[in-house]
Amino acid sequence: MGSFILRRLALALPSLLGISVVLFAALALAPGDPFAELATNTNVPPEVRVHLRASLGLDDPVALRYVHWLWAMLHGDWGFSFISRVDVTTLIWERVPVTLGLIGTSQLLALAIAIPVGTLSAVKPYSWFDRIASTIALAGFSLPTFFTGILLILVFSIKLDWLPFVYRSDVEMTGWRAVVEHVRQAIMPVLVLGLFQAAGWTRYVRSAVLDVIRLDHVTTARSKGMPERRVITRHVLRNALIPVVTLVALQLPTVFGGAIVTEQIFRIPGIGSLLIDAILRNDTPVIMGVTFVFSVLVIAFNLVADLLYGLLDPRIALR
Amino acid sequence: MSPWGEAWRRFRRHRLAVFSLGVLALLVAAVVLGPVLWRMPIDAIDFSATMQGPSLAHPFGTDDLGQDLLARTLYGGRISLAVGLAAMGMAVLLGVSIGALAGISRGPVDAALMWLTDLFLSLPQLPLLLLLIYLFREPLKAVFGPEGGVFVMIVLVIGLFGWMQVARLVRAQFFSLREKEFVEAARALGATTTRVVWRHILPNALGPVIVAGTISVAAAIIAESTLSFLGLGFPPDIPTWGRLLFDSKDHLDIAAHWALFPGGAIFLTVMAINFVGDGLRDALDPRRVM
Repeated sequence: MGSFILRRLALALPSLLGISVVLFAALALAPGDPFAELATNTNVPPEVRVHLRASLGLDDPVALRYVHWLWAMLHGDWGFSFISRVDVTTLIWERVPVTLGLIGTSQLLALAIAIPVGTLSAVKPYSWFDRIASTIALAGFSLPTFFTGILLILVFSIKLDWLPFVYRSDVEMTGWRAVVEHVRQAIMPVLVLGLFQAAGWTRYVRSAVLDVIRLDHVTTARSKGMPERRVITRHVLRNALIPVVTLVALQLPTVFGGAIVTEQIFRIPGIGSLLIDAILRNDTPVIMGVTFVFSVLVIAFNLVADLLYGLLDPRIALR
Repeated sequence: MSPWGEAWRRFRRHRLAVFSLGVLALLVAAVVLGPVLWRMPIDAIDFSATMQGPSLAHPFGTDDLGQDLLARTLYGGRISLAVGLAAMGMAVLLGVSIGALAGISRGPVDAALMWLTDLFLSLPQLPLLLLLIYLFREPLKAVFGPEGGVFVMIVLVIGLFGWMQVARLVRAQFFSLREKEFVEAARALGATTTRVVWRHILPNALGPVIVAGTISVAAAIIAESTLSFLGLGFPPDIPTWGRLLFDSKDHLDIAAHWALFPGGAIFLTVMAINFVGDGLRDALDPRRVM
């Protein structure tokens, strides 16, 4: 197991480097000179400008600039926000927990729906339940998160007036009422993200269970006289859910995309809405920082999924 | 029966898919012919009729400037569908080229290309799309004009992040087809690698590619709508469905119709495409049918 973990870590490192190259290339290839403003300023003599450029390393070869940039990023020196003059790292760290909380709860909700529904569909394929569940899943899969968000706001905030549609981090209440208020305002964002994922995963769980349910060991368990419930939970689900772990990890980039949209709709102060605000205000250091954090998160979760996969299926770790 | 006839026979058995194909045909006809028949201009401002619900004069209602939403929705549909098709074309072209190259060459080239594919699969797409648009918006506008520039850019970035599934599929197909007897026979007859790929392997690998391509049109339409919905896609004078939703979201309490029509259009189109893709999978990918 130890060598398996090490091998996986060694595989994640090149991906991280690859992403950093992609990010830097995008920045380096993009037109627009940070010194364009200075060039038109007559108070700055040309030789000062040239000197400034050289001292900031702007005339260095691209490879050298990349190494400098990567070194700074690794040291946590991500620069200052152009707008709020705050360290990019503090700005991002304040908001990461919000985003992770939103994603975490919605993924739990999605799994809580997808596993039972997908399993029931697969136990009796092409039954009425399966047909209805599959159709709803495909429909839910086609409802983009921004439209579900708007629909929920229309129904639950505007028509019924049950839930607040703007997320507020500074709830004035204290004690239990504050907790209730936080839960109330989190319901819709979590639903939007969770239902969308649930729709996609129901299909995965269904086909994964279908693959396992016809295997010999399941027939054996049944012929031993084991109750069907136990056969499904112990012998089918246990094996069927292993590949689902990988699929969940593969879906993560989509989940983060959904989180950005959801945060933007409900004005949740997470890194997704930070990214949109930064783009609308041309705040390059924040944009680069947030994109980098998203990339690192995706790779980290992929790594966790890989390790889980090895833990659940010892055959993988041995290879 | 010809292979296509056989596929059509299998496709017809999926009733929802056939129905969806009809819906899709209607939608395409509506956005292509609609603006010809419904002659209301998309940008006629009328302050005496702002944010009105559906009526005879404006079947989809009006927005905050009194612009006719039916005309805007029809026009936006053209853009959204065009973006979807163009991005799909680019994704399929990239995916087939990379997948075929990896599938035919084996060894280090294959390993490198698959590493690249996996890297792209694990990139956070939306943040990178936003980053690319932020960085490259202005220069493309300068080259292709304000409208063409945004169109080209959105198609390019969506295509750039949409080819991975196709590449993996094509590579897998190549791996299995490459060992088949008919390919060996062709090779024994002296066919060059290019001929083997074009005449013998690619046509047989087409089925899954068509399915993946169909689904990727839906994905591209959602991607474009998402960008426009975040206010970072098309400018306000090009009312794509996502852009209409973006403009409507601050007036939900008084003008719900403004959001419901374009949102419903996105939902309907994407769902129809997904169902058609589902039917195509049954029709063209016989291994999957139980």
